[in-house]
Amino acid sequence: MSLIESFNPLTDPMIQVMNESGEIVRPDLMPNWSTEKIKEAYATMILVRVADAKFTNMQRQGRCGTYPSVEGHEAIQIGSGFELQKTDWVFPAFRELPICYVHGMPLEKILLYWLGNEWGSHTDACVAPVSIPVGSHMLHAVGYAWAMRLQKKPVITVSYFGDGATSEGDFYEAMNFAGVNKAGSIFMCQNNNYAISTPRSKQTVAKTLAQKAISAGIPGVVVDGLDIFAMATVTKLAADRARNNNEPTLIEAINYRYGNHTTSDDSGRYRTKEEVEEWRKKDPVMRLKLYLQKNNLWSEAWEQKIREDADVKVRAAVEIGENFPVQTVDEIFDYMYEKPTPALIEQKEYLKGFLGNQ
Amino acid sequence: MILTIADAISLALKQEMAHDSTVMLMGEDVGVGGGVFRISDGLQKLYGAERVIDTPLAESGIVGTAIGLAMAGMKPICEMQFDGFVYPAFDQIVSHVARMRNRTRGKLTCPLVIRFPYSGGVRALEHHSESPEVYYIHTPGLKVVCPSTPYDAKGLLVAAIRDPDPVIFMEPKKLYRAIKEEVPEEEYTVEIGKARVMIEGSDVTVIGWGAMIPTVLKAQNILAKEGISLEVIDLRTLSPLDTETILESVTKTGRCVIIQEAPRTCGFAAEISALIMEKALFSLQAPVERVTGFDTVMPLLKGEDLYLPNEVRLIDGIRKVMGR
Repeated sequence: MSLIESFNPLTDPMIQVMNESGEIVRPDLMPNWSTEKIKEAYATMILVRVADAKFTNMQRQGRCGTYPSVEGHEAIQIGSGFELQKTDWVFPAFRELPICYVHGMPLEKILLYWLGNEWGSHTDACVAPVSIPVGSHMLHAVGYAWAMRLQKKPVITVSYFGDGATSEGDFYEAMNFAGVNKAGSIFMCQNNNYAISTPRSKQTVAKTLAQKAISAGIPGVVVDGLDIFAMATVTKLAADRARNNNEPTLIEAINYRYGNHTTSDDSGRYRTKEEVEEWRKKDPVMRLKLYLQKNNLWSEAWEQKIREDADVKVRAAVEIGENFPVQTVDEIFDYMYEKPTPALIEQKEYLKGFLGNQ
Repeated sequence: MILTIADAISLALKQEMAHDSTVMLMGEDVGVGGGVFRISDGLQKLYGAERVIDTPLAESGIVGTAIGLAMAGMKPICEMQFDGFVYPAFDQIVSHVARMRNRTRGKLTCPLVIRFPYSGGVRALEHHSESPEVYYIHTPGLKVVCPSTPYDAKGLLVAAIRDPDPVIFMEPKKLYRAIKEEVPEEEYTVEIGKARVMIEGSDVTVIGWGAMIPTVLKAQNILAKEGISLEVIDLRTLSPLDTETILESVTKTGRCVIIQEAPRTCGFAAEISALIMEKALFSLQAPVERVTGFDTVMPLLKGEDLYLPNEVRLIDGIRKVMGR
């Protein structure tokens, strides 16, 4: 039995590979990553932080719509993303910049969505569009994985969602359908402790969120979501189960959202600075940096270089995103159906005429 | 072959599954049981449990997973057991099914079919006798189809299965085995978005769909004997609406009565009435009349006859627009 199948989500401690000081506490569970790959993971974390801060600032400047900060989710999404095949399908909720980027979406596409343009969800990467209604998209990931089994393709799916989503009925239905229909789908629950302002303790009296898997007859594991190595290893095990045996897994990754829910939120209303500071000590990026330093894989010059590279990439993405053509009248009508309906043709003509006569 | 609506739907499913291996039928009790109305009787034996799937009892789960299946190139047909049981899946339908194409600018689509029996008059329980078409008609991105004859049921279902966009397919359960007619054995399609002038006439246009059509035909028969000539339009597709056929007819007759089983307020009859007012007002010799259900909960079986529009109420409405 693998770590996943033998894990008891009611009693077993959270799986951790690297502790808060960057020390490897479970060498047996280290992912099979080269030092280059580890450094690449760190550089990706830095890039994502720079992009996240930039997009948040752009909203403040009136250049971007509502944007959900992702700081604190880097280890989950980059750690898991590094263990997927590019042909696997990722089903994001909305706080998923890192996994969308790691899985092949250009940064400018990700930004374009938050700038308010549907072309931001038109991508060649195997990434489903942002899904705003909480908890509703895990079913899609299950259906997709089910189709892959029927089509005999070695493709798995992963849905990313938060702790709040586990209170939705669709979450349970998705796990249950995955079990019954043998869908190789991973449920990546990012338990960042808050659904907007509602704390994890108000979502459920269940001891863990992972234990909810028991009700669907699938395994659930609890992982340190601020530990990129633990996330990679557990994802790899879950991905193998999904790919080889069409077996689903629920992963509860415990992390913390350092920023606000979105740019419309003020997290000071529902949590203390002290609490945030406590979680800051476990910061996933800092933790990997400590690991790199302990292993002589880090230097000030290198850090500066990857930060400069990140700035360049983010600036380029902003440049492309902000200069993307403004939506036309045709675009808002033309994708409702494969062929426009008479009503849409009439309404489009009306709007064009109206705008033309102004 | 002489078939009922139920037979015609079964045959369409059987034939489409035979020639397209991506077509799947999924729903509660559709496999071993053949569906509560026996529409899929025998299909699981023919195509196996991987293509005719007895799902867990969870409507949102059925439609939600069908979205993923459709995104991945399968062609799921979801059977919802009854009109009033679709609501748990409503979020998936309006939030995702209807939006996937537009949301991704055509990169990902959701070409699935959601079939369910609707209409009252079968002495069933609460939630088993409803006419919820407007929720779906009002949702951009969906097509809504509602046949009233075996021929149209087969041709429209084949068209729905082959359609690149999601189709809500409403089956008039009261008529499942009430009408028989000649239906070609070979496959054919009836174009989605086209109404049918069932009977040509000159005095009043009567517009209906689905389970109301036999009521319209009864009224037509009775009034013909009095020398009142009705032009009967069966919409067949509710979205996209065939406005051309409606306006052409109303322009000719100058009078229109719309019959709908659903509650009155914001029902589809209101939309059609507004359309006629906007586009054919000066052809009208009388205000458009609506004969509808009421703004009540569908009564249980002892009261449903009070609610359901019938030929007596329809004739009353027709006399009103005739000024007699």
